[in-house]
Amino acid sequence: MTTAEDHKSDGIGKDLIVYVCLLALAGLQFVIAYQNIDASQMFTRMLAVACIEAGLAVLFFMHLWTEKRAFLLFVVIFTVGVLLGMQYGWTDSFRMVTGTPFAK
Amino acid sequence: MSQADLTIGHPTGQTLGPAFAIPTKKLAMWLFIIADTMTFAACLVAYGFLRNGTPDWPRPFHSITNVAIMTFILLTSSLTMLIGLRSARAGDKAAAFRWTMITAALGIVFAFLHIREWMGLIDEGMTMFKNPWGTGLFGASFFSITGLHLTHVTGGVIALLVVGVRYKGGRYNADDIEVLGLYWHFVDLVWMFVVPLVYLLNLTH
Repeated sequence: MTTAEDHKSDGIGKDLIVYVCLLALAGLQFVIAYQNIDASQMFTRMLAVACIEAGLAVLFFMHLWTEKRAFLLFVVIFTVGVLLGMQYGWTDSFRMVTGTPFAK
Repeated sequence: MSQADLTIGHPTGQTLGPAFAIPTKKLAMWLFIIADTMTFAACLVAYGFLRNGTPDWPRPFHSITNVAIMTFILLTSSLTMLIGLRSARAGDKAAAFRWTMITAALGIVFAFLHIREWMGLIDEGMTMFKNPWGTGLFGASFFSITGLHLTHVTGGVIALLVVGVRYKGGRYNADDIEVLGLYWHFVDLVWMFVVPLVYLLNLTH
């Protein structure tokens, strides 16, 4: 599947570096959890770190980086597009608390 | 997989590659992963929606020790999976089998810790529909999301055992290890979002 050249060119060293980076980023999430900040800021920071972790895992552990560019673009654009599409209803969750705009 | 499997003969003598020039099994796994991403994303968005819209959302977690160990184990299992794949690519069958089994063992430890944590919460009075700390929605969303992830881990462990044994027996090859590896890394990837959203945002301060 992946060519032999691909595997020769990037040794176990790169995998170890990515692994250590993922451990560090996971640790950073735990540090953020104990920061004295409000929940929305905490959520934003943790989600940002999780997205970086996911990017590293997909590109290097799952070897998407060495796949054809067309496939990489397909996966990224399609996935990000659908995930963004899921965010349309967030304002409704505030309405559950505030009762607006429909409550009088 | 031979080059003949990867290409389709053409009357002009040229060859046409499969879609995106990657093998069918790998493409199928990627499509499954994309579809499964939507499942988990829908669950996590629904969870965020409920958490955002519920004033008495509980924060039952007192310690991060267990979830930190679980995260370390799952991340390490991704590394062992990669080492197993490299061994398989290098033709070292014994090492590939050994690392695949180590990955499965780490998955079993993760599942054990997960169930132990569940039992602790259940002992404290948490069920799918009620808990002592706040809205009953918490139990439903917590058990649904972590349960879905645990199901994936369990399925992955079974697949690791089956593929590992069959690889050792010569029925499967390095490509099958690679396809299974994609799934295992995906399970790891999902955990990276479950931990902050479900555990860390609900820590007792």
